[in-house]
Amino acid sequence: MPGSIGYVIWFLGALLEAAVVVCAIYKGVFRRYLCLNLYMLFSFLVSVGRFQVLNLYGLQSPEYAYCYFYSDALLTIFLYLALITLYLHVFDEMNVDKYVRLAAVLLLAGTALFSYGVVQQSSHRIYSHFFFELSQNLYFVGLILTYVLWGAILKLRETRAQLIQLVLSLGIYFSAFAATYALRNMYPNLQFIWASIAPILGCLLPLSWAYAFVRLSPEARVAPARLAVVPR
Amino acid sequence: MATVIFLASMAALLQLFISYCRSLIAPSIKQPLSAEVRDVTGIAQGASGEDFVRVIQLLHLCPERPEERGHIRAIGAYFRLLNFVRSTVARIVPALLAWTEMERGQCAYFAAVALDRRIAFSRDMLAQQIDV
Repeated sequence: MPGSIGYVIWFLGALLEAAVVVCAIYKGVFRRYLCLNLYMLFSFLVSVGRFQVLNLYGLQSPEYAYCYFYSDALLTIFLYLALITLYLHVFDEMNVDKYVRLAAVLLLAGTALFSYGVVQQSSHRIYSHFFFELSQNLYFVGLILTYVLWGAILKLRETRAQLIQLVLSLGIYFSAFAATYALRNMYPNLQFIWASIAPILGCLLPLSWAYAFVRLSPEARVAPARLAVVPR
Repeated sequence: MATVIFLASMAALLQLFISYCRSLIAPSIKQPLSAEVRDVTGIAQGASGEDFVRVIQLLHLCPERPEERGHIRAIGAYFRLLNFVRSTVARIVPALLAWTEMERGQCAYFAAVALDRRIAFSRDMLAQQIDV
């Protein structure tokens, strides 16, 4: 079983995920950022489901492991779709919706094929490892796409403060996750540290999204030149 | 490979973190300070980086607003990052020194605006208690 701190972080994360949806409904932006909110709602439901499975079968059981990795892969796909909807928001005036959607589907299919190829060569338990590999690869694709989106925001001089903060939070989340993943591979003997960092990072994304929904009105504007690290 | 991923993700994290902090600071830049906050902090027009620590100390004297806690911490981390840049890389690149000074001043101004909000919040709470 996870320790008491582990439970606290887990419940806090689930509460924050629910809080994002509540804040979005309260501020009237639930439909505007539908996919982001559905992702948070789904994350909350997955947390509840995982807790049920953990209670029934225990942490070391194969049932919990399968539940964890399959739901993680589904969550990552959901997050990927949420990121794509942020692209649609940024490019909404350019009428390129169908191209963005097509590119997103092709990239997702390409990542899935690549993951399958990697798993097929290195493992005999293809089905379970495929989901793990897909989830991991999609995180890296997500990081790169978020970074590209941030570049597009600066280039197109996007001014919607709420949208900017949602994208930046997602970028920080993805890059922190990637850094933790790399550190885990560099220092595998510090597993207990990396295992506790991931759930903490998981709390930061809903926290910053909830802040963006509560504090910033959808009409709030910010000069993009103020946000660029290198003055433009 | 792990080292490359680590370095790339840290570079991305740093870039996005700076932009995120600047997006938090941006709305407060144009907000005027109340006369009492100007008096108590000594910030008349623009704030300087030297004011930050003092303003944060004053901020800790006021009741906390839960929704701001994380962001004041984020700006505190950003301020420490700027201090680090100022005492290392900025010594070699003078343009960076001017930039870090400006950013540190804006961090201090952000903290002063947060102080203003906290004072107003405390006043509201007190008024509510008196009403009850």
